[in-house]
Amino acid sequence: MAASPNPAAPAIEPALPPTLRRNAPLVPTDSAASRSLAAVIAILTFLAALCAGAAEIVASSAEQWQGAVAQEVTIQVRPGPGRDIDADIARAEALAKAEPGIRATRVFSKAEAERLLEPWLGSGLDLSDLPVPRLITLKLGDTPAPDLKHLRAALGEALPGVASLDDHALWQQRLSTMATTFVGAGIGIVTLVLIATGLAVAFATRGAMAGNREVVEVLHFVGADDDYIARAFQRRFFGLGLRGGAIGAGLALAVFALAGLVARAWRSGPAGDEIEALFGAFHIGWRGYASVLLIGVIASIVTGIVSRLTVRRFLA
Amino acid sequence: MKTGSLLSGAEEPVVQFENVGMRYGLGPEVLSDVSFRIAPRSFQFLTGPSGAGKTTLLRLILLSVRPTRGLVSVFGEEVSGISSEALTGLRRRMGVVFQDFRLLDHLTTYENVALPLRVQGRAETSYRAEVVELLRWVGLGERMHVLPPLLSGGEKQRAAIARALIARPELLLADEPTGNVDPGLGRRLLRLFVELNKLGTSVIIATHDFGLMELFPTRRMVLGQGRLRIED
Repeated sequence: MAASPNPAAPAIEPALPPTLRRNAPLVPTDSAASRSLAAVIAILTFLAALCAGAAEIVASSAEQWQGAVAQEVTIQVRPGPGRDIDADIARAEALAKAEPGIRATRVFSKAEAERLLEPWLGSGLDLSDLPVPRLITLKLGDTPAPDLKHLRAALGEALPGVASLDDHALWQQRLSTMATTFVGAGIGIVTLVLIATGLAVAFATRGAMAGNREVVEVLHFVGADDDYIARAFQRRFFGLGLRGGAIGAGLALAVFALAGLVARAWRSGPAGDEIEALFGAFHIGWRGYASVLLIGVIASIVTGIVSRLTVRRFLA
Repeated sequence: MKTGSLLSGAEEPVVQFENVGMRYGLGPEVLSDVSFRIAPRSFQFLTGPSGAGKTTLLRLILLSVRPTRGLVSVFGEEVSGISSEALTGLRRRMGVVFQDFRLLDHLTTYENVALPLRVQGRAETSYRAEVVELLRWVGLGERMHVLPPLLSGGEKQRAAIARALIARPELLLADEPTGNVDPGLGRRLLRLFVELNKLGTSVIIATHDFGLMELFPTRRMVLGQGRLRIED
């Protein structure tokens, strides 16, 4: 017998059949059951990834809306008996312009203010007798940060009961609540789907252990410890999880890419503005793609860990 | 053919049974009050009619079942309440040939024989030469890439024996190891066990083949109706 394996190996090598399989997996691969499990993992990963992507679209669209809304505030000037509304508007505008951090102001003319009421009152009405309030929109700059409290106080002092400042706080709060709810629901569903994946893998591992009782017994007799056997099963199931996770995540990415293309085509159509307003560019961004890939990876890791724990419990 | 030693403390028995009783469930006792010692480097046949409890006795030594009463010690370790790590350690010092071979059908003959070395975490290149040499020795040099379902009964048996021997165990247990081979090959396999015994392995061969036992007169452990009689 050769003393050292390394010099011996090349001498022995040519005598071995070239097709000799030397390190086949210890756990037999049952192709039908493996394919079904990989398919289940792929489907669950796909659903979880879709959910994560949808939550990401909502979150980023809400962020965009919020950004747009937060960059503007409005001064409302109400007409009162015996007051010259144009003078009041000029006064309010002057106060706003004097405030640091206000980038631009725009006064809505009387005609524009009346047009804003058209959706409610219809067109073609003579609104000249109605005390229609007038609006001044203020674009906010980033530096220096505008002090809206000071502006509100100045307006209250100079034009009490006539001019008021609306910083859209209510809208912003509603938007952020909605976005948080969507993201929270998304995280919840992704978690549920991952738990379902874990349970499916636990069942499959138990089935595989029961089907391979003889193999496990022989491995024990030839001196394999529980950890070695658990690792053999884990390797097999991690492989299946990786395959399923990759297929599911790949499909989800394909769906998002396709939906992005379709949305781009629709945007040039008649309903384009609404679609864009609702979903933004239907673009899930790097954060969305990363979370889809992460879900694929997590699904495989969950598969590996769950199979190992199940085997350890089974052997104990 | 007991191996005596002046340093009696150093000659710890490989296996020791003291008043061992064994029953499955609520059934009758398969073994009653069995007491014996297997000395290091000893060779013995375990014999008796079918159903006398030979396989149960081997399973007790293999620690795949625990005695209902009495004490079983293997390599000096009392086995009741043994930890699973210690159990693995003890099993790595034994080789076993099962009556029904228990080869893994999805692994090649080569992989089956290499299994005890593989589960120790050794790299395949480190044991390849040993495995190939042993396979050639037992006459399976041309069959190493074949899956067990395609092997004949005799070939399976030789593969099972090679698997039991590959890790050079200190104790070899064989359950009817010559049951499926022609007398010529049976004698050759027996010679293999005797050679292994000369290298220091304790051997227990369960058989009811009197022809085989007469070829090599040695200690016989005879089981009958659950009781053990030792014929030195």
